[in-house]
Amino acid sequence: MLSVVLGALEFPPIDNLVVWPDAIEGTGFNKIAFINLFAVVATSLIFLIGARKKALVPKGMQNLAEASVDFIQKGIIDQAIGHGGAAYLPYLATIFFFVFFGNIFEIIPVIAMPANARMANPAFMGLLTLVFFVSVGIRHHGLRYFKDALFPPGVPKALYLLVTPIEFLSTFIVRPFSLAVRLFANMLAGHILLVTFAVLTIALFETIGVLSVIGIFSFGMLVGLTGFELMVSFLQAYVFAILAAVYIGGALHPDH
Amino acid sequence: MSTSAILAQAATEGLDAASAKGVSAAATAGTAYGLAAIGPGIGIGYLVGQSVQAMARQPEAAGMVRTTMFLGIAFTEALALIGFVVFILLKFA
Repeated sequence: MLSVVLGALEFPPIDNLVVWPDAIEGTGFNKIAFINLFAVVATSLIFLIGARKKALVPKGMQNLAEASVDFIQKGIIDQAIGHGGAAYLPYLATIFFFVFFGNIFEIIPVIAMPANARMANPAFMGLLTLVFFVSVGIRHHGLRYFKDALFPPGVPKALYLLVTPIEFLSTFIVRPFSLAVRLFANMLAGHILLVTFAVLTIALFETIGVLSVIGIFSFGMLVGLTGFELMVSFLQAYVFAILAAVYIGGALHPDH
Repeated sequence: MSTSAILAQAATEGLDAASAKGVSAAATAGTAYGLAAIGPGIGIGYLVGQSVQAMARQPEAAGMVRTTMFLGIAFTEALALIGFVVFILLKFA
């Protein structure tokens, strides 16, 4: 009987995951564009309003802005870049908030779509981070940055045949790719998980008898997973920012 | 009879070519994700276990250990996530 119910589940077509209809017909302005716009505006407002008064004892928005800057300074920069890292706080704070607002819409009802489950968003941020840390390296070490990155010192000459291609791949190809894929796949997986349990709950509640009792557990799972995805949204923003910081730190002090 | 054998039999018997391809794609995708989850599962378990041990032995270093742990998880997890992307590609592309 259970298999009959499971077989009758109607999942939304996969097109809903890869093609999102326009909010206003023919403009190309869809839900993802709205979330991105919101993320930009919200991030700007937090810091513009937070920086307006500069009270000694922060309140409201200033408190939020100061707490988040403090978190990014202590939790990300001090750990991953070390001295000279404060200059990169604006970039990391921007990345953190943009990723977080893009993720958090996964669990906000009515919208229920993480903007970062579309590859364009994470791929752009991955490439931006690549450009950013390479520029940091060039700015602080000149072209020696590429020499140090591709030909790490202290390796026997013959081994460069092996080491240089690997270093090139891992530094300039795999880093932005893995940054983008990590964020994209996490958010898409979470989104599909929530969709699965939502569809399962509806299908089980619509049946009569024992199965609708199982639906209660399915609903419990849905609630629990929503909380879990809240944590994932924050954690992915944190991981993205700290990895960007690690890469910037590696370009800034290549010796350690 | 194993699931894949049943699926293969069903594929050869009644189904047309398109749905047979769909069934085999689903079976392959499931296998691909299952295989991709083994290594990272072991890796993250070991990593977090060792980190908890380190934090318990030296609570004053907990902050540093936690940051490094998240970094390690992020790197280890990437393999499983690539497996998930392969799953999506096999299933739907």
